[in-house]
Amino acid sequence: MSAVLEVSGLKTHFFTHAGVVKAVDGVDFTVSKGEIMGLVGESGSGKSITGFSIIGLIDPPGRIVEGSIKFNGEEIANAKEERLQGLRGNRISMIFQDPMMTLNPVLRVDTQMIEAILAHESVSKQTAWERSRDALGLVGIPSPEERLRAYPHQLSGGMRQRVAIATAFLNKPDLIIADEPTTALDVTIQAQIIHEAQKLTKQTGTAMIWITHDLAVVAGLAERISVMYAGRIVEQGGIDDVIDRPLHPYTVGLLGSVPTANRRGKRLFQIEGMTPNMLDLPRGCAFGPRCHARTDACGEQPLIKDIDERSLRCFNPQRAAEAVK
Amino acid sequence: MSDVTAESTLAADPPTKVETPFQRFRAEFFESKIATVALGVFLIIVLLAVLAPWITPQNPYDLAQVSVMDGRLPPGSEAFDGYTMWLGSDGSGRDLYSAILYGLRISLTVGLASGVIALLIGMAIGLVAAYAGGRIEAIIMRIVDLQLSFPASLVALMMVAALGKGVDKIILALVIAQWAYYARTVRATALVERGKEYVEAAQCLGISRFRIVFRHILPNCMAPLIVVGTVQTASAISLEATLSFLGVGLPQTEPSIGVLIANGFEYMLSGRYWISVFPGLALLLTVVSINLVGDHLRDVLNPRLKK
Repeated sequence: MSAVLEVSGLKTHFFTHAGVVKAVDGVDFTVSKGEIMGLVGESGSGKSITGFSIIGLIDPPGRIVEGSIKFNGEEIANAKEERLQGLRGNRISMIFQDPMMTLNPVLRVDTQMIEAILAHESVSKQTAWERSRDALGLVGIPSPEERLRAYPHQLSGGMRQRVAIATAFLNKPDLIIADEPTTALDVTIQAQIIHEAQKLTKQTGTAMIWITHDLAVVAGLAERISVMYAGRIVEQGGIDDVIDRPLHPYTVGLLGSVPTANRRGKRLFQIEGMTPNMLDLPRGCAFGPRCHARTDACGEQPLIKDIDERSLRCFNPQRAAEAVK
Repeated sequence: MSDVTAESTLAADPPTKVETPFQRFRAEFFESKIATVALGVFLIIVLLAVLAPWITPQNPYDLAQVSVMDGRLPPGSEAFDGYTMWLGSDGSGRDLYSAILYGLRISLTVGLASGVIALLIGMAIGLVAAYAGGRIEAIIMRIVDLQLSFPASLVALMMVAALGKGVDKIILALVIAQWAYYARTVRATALVERGKEYVEAAQCLGISRFRIVFRHILPNCMAPLIVVGTVQTASAISLEATLSFLGVGLPQTEPSIGVLIANGFEYMLSGRYWISVFPGLALLLTVVSINLVGDHLRDVLNPRLKK
């Protein structure tokens, strides 16, 4: 499979008055054609900033300070704005968390969808309208002609997210970055949206980065998973490997804190402490102070190690897995 | 569609009755009786002003029709030409009813024209400031602050003094006195709107900056603009009357409401109240009705005051 996106050594820092926030600090991953990669982490771990770095929408005081983002072999980190504008919505699309907020409240659905097509192609309005209608049908919206005439406030949350997904797929992009697209929806709608997204990536061969904090969502959806902590990917690998046999103490802790039927009645595993202040990260491994498997070696920054098919930033993977059992 | 799970929940959605934001706004606006009456009064005033040449017995600008013999007649007197002067006449023999309607034409023209032009200019400048940011924004907003630190009447007075008399010059003076209000309003609203997610989403769709500003941000800034626009139009009308009253606005030969009030001022103490009072009432009615409409527009359009 050919790589659609290769991110290597990506660093996006924010130069605030209080100091430099290293929101993304050396991230590497590859997404192949048609693949869904889960990017998991807690709030502030830099997963959304990674997404915005790819699409080139980092606002000052932030900027990409280092690293490369290769999209279909073309370097797009810090590329010219015109080039990025040509890619956005066309080759790379984005789906956001809150469907209540991402559609313009004063424009009708058809206006917004047609505009997304006409921004990249010179086709007639009629053709654009027909494509919009077909796209809405594809994400399971009944009587799409009628929905196209509606204003966003006339649609339910799930419906709006379907519109957002249909809009993202309009120009048959090579990559879609979905930034917590199901977080604002209730669980039944969540399942439907995940199902639609999965179906569409299969049909169109579009690659997808699914950003979320919900491991359960990723487990049923993604083929590969990258776990982020404090701006770095700490563990990366095939979904089954990582979920069944986590190696990094953070992943171990996250999975251990999920209630499951076969651990009924036992106390859940708890990760100690709070997320670190991004302005004042601990020396060495950022997860060190909270880690149950910490040793003296953790005062140094662990480098990425490749173990079998996965990569890992930890000195003591074995100790980590044992502690939870 | 064969997708069963999708169909079942979507069926729960009520069928979409297409109601534009405008229709919703209209329904809410007419809930208030006061605002409806005020709008009605304002529309009648506009109608009277527009129809003035056909519904008045005299053209107060045509000196052949104005007779000094008719000067200072009390309300209800009969004019030399045989018609009844229901509101009396002023010092030069103008029928006040005719003069007020013709005066309203000028006042409304000046108010609306200066309002619309100032709105367009202020809007463009405010949007540029909000979207450009940085030094451009700082420079624009300091100019706005500087201008807003003077009373609008003082700015207008200085401009008229510099430009001279005439309808076009008054409009220009009022535009200069008022654009800053619009610029400040638009910039403040646009800054809020720019930070919203739909703008980010539009950027992610590769839509050009220009389109984002004018197609996405601007329509969302319209609500406060409409409110400021109505209130500012009312204040432009009274500002014009003020300038004319002070003798620096419109010439005697084209009496606006302000000129009429000024003309009658000298007769006030001699008991000939009607020369000032009736034009004054006309002005009051116009300004108050616009302001009442504006106030209610603010209530309807402000999401925080939504029921």
